[in-house]
Amino acid sequence: MEKFFLKEVRIHARAGQGAITTASLLGEALFAEGKFAYAFPHFGAARMGAPMNAFVRVSDKPIRLRSQVYEPDYLLIIDPTLIMGFDVFKGFKEGGIAIINSEEEISLLGLKKNQKAFFVPANKIAQELMGRPLGNMAILGAFSGITGLVKIDSLMEAIKRRFSGKVAQQNLEIAKRGYAYLITK
Amino acid sequence: MKAYLEGSQAIAKVVALCRPGVISAYPITPQTHIPETLAQMVAEGELKAEFVNVESEHSAASCCLGASATGVRAYTSTSSQGLLYMLEVLFNIAGLRLPLVLTCANRAVSAPINIWNDYQDAITLRDSGWIQFYAETIQEAVDLHIQGYRLSEDIRVLLPVMVNVDGYILTHGYEVVDIPEQELVDKFLPPYQLKYKLDPDNPLTLGVLAGPDYYMETRFAIQKTMEDVLEIIPEISGEFFEVFARKSGGLIEGYFLKDAEKVIVAMGSVCGTIKEAIDGLRDKKEKVGLLKIITYRPFPEEEIYQALKNAREIAVLEKAISLGGFGPLYTEIKSVFQGKKENPKISGFVIGLGGRDITKDSIRSVSDRLSGKQVDCEFIDLNLKGEHKDNLLGGSGVASQFIEQE
Repeated sequence: MEKFFLKEVRIHARAGQGAITTASLLGEALFAEGKFAYAFPHFGAARMGAPMNAFVRVSDKPIRLRSQVYEPDYLLIIDPTLIMGFDVFKGFKEGGIAIINSEEEISLLGLKKNQKAFFVPANKIAQELMGRPLGNMAILGAFSGITGLVKIDSLMEAIKRRFSGKVAQQNLEIAKRGYAYLITK
Repeated sequence: MKAYLEGSQAIAKVVALCRPGVISAYPITPQTHIPETLAQMVAEGELKAEFVNVESEHSAASCCLGASATGVRAYTSTSSQGLLYMLEVLFNIAGLRLPLVLTCANRAVSAPINIWNDYQDAITLRDSGWIQFYAETIQEAVDLHIQGYRLSEDIRVLLPVMVNVDGYILTHGYEVVDIPEQELVDKFLPPYQLKYKLDPDNPLTLGVLAGPDYYMETRFAIQKTMEDVLEIIPEISGEFFEVFARKSGGLIEGYFLKDAEKVIVAMGSVCGTIKEAIDGLRDKKEKVGLLKIITYRPFPEEEIYQALKNAREIAVLEKAISLGGFGPLYTEIKSVFQGKKENPKISGFVIGLGGRDITKDSIRSVSDRLSGKQVDCEFIDLNLKGEHKDNLLGGSGVASQFIEQE
């Protein structure tokens, strides 16, 4: 069977930190680029603050596989405190890219040599631009900047469709700042 | 129009396109975004319907029963405990021969408390007189709702339809969905007209006492109608294709069945995962196929027989169990071959209970086991050692980690 394009993203967050929004916006932006994406959450206790995952599986053909993502190409760590309690790097693909919401570099024991981790002060960016430490949009912007899997413009359009007014404006700014953060760095 | 939508939002949109007059739901767990989205559409004037907020699922079902009996198209959705709480009303709706469409976002049944996906809720209703569809994708779920109303209200049918949609996997998952135009839905689904309805101007009584002289005939009538429904579903699915130019619904669907020696039988979203696994097995020249059951009630025995008769080994995979017996679907698939000349080896596997994730490996292990000895009721991915493959909630999850740290 001919090889096709398939990438998998795993998001680690706590319920209430916008992981589902992150996953679905990413999926929607990819859809706008003509790809197929299946974005879905997996809850623990399904209560605010409880650890949870969201996943995005993207391909150039319809996604049929419904299982969780065990061997992610990309990791988005929305809440870095989860790194202590969980093996967030479990199954992480060779050559994988992790984007971690943190102002400082954290030493990552679970990371292999050919895997890369980028640290983005996403909460700080959001706090500055929105007055709330919701780092998911900056992480999403940074994901576009670092991986190029999705265009920043497609993300912007998806954000505009999802939110309106001031909230949309704030989220756009945050995503842009996240996008630019590592490029300028 | 194609859009990127959450399953629940997509279903809410398509239910709105079916123009229900009354929507009733109980708004807390185990509920989905479906009634939430519909409530918002009603509040914003986007959908002209009465949204009746009630104090329980029992009342939600009763409300829909009443609406349908007065000739108003009604809708409700629930799952798990909510569906079980509706149970006696749901038997009544079928017994009264009232059209209705209910979405069941399939979830496990307590105790222990579990909000995740399996089919124990809907399977418990299999004997109720409801027609049951199981959707593989969000698109199929959307399409089955339109077909469901059409079928339910067909004068030859007059039975309620339950559209089963995997909880979380489909209800909370996002994918590309083609939401049809209102005009096309209107063309396919005429306004609801009930010949005998509750109407103060023409009083009549529904559901009166039927003693031993009459009751049995009412059951016989439903049973006969169910036989007819097996003919009507393909007809409606065919008409759906003519109007919407999309194949959707029907009784069963086959995947690589033609030359398959081993066939996996399953329902719902897991069929997607099975198709992926089959592609891999086919690469290795293994002749494996899938039989997807879309219509579980009425049970399409003849179609299943035709689809499976050339298979040598059959695995029935199901997310439900009749405790103390077997998987309900397994029992029925076995009965298909009673008295037939073919005698395939049929094994039953219970999988994915309470949201246990089903991976391609799970499917491969079922396929491997098919070559071994026949089993009636084997649990797949069972883990009696306390190690879990889940990303966050298992062995590396909260409790055990904190214990280790201490």
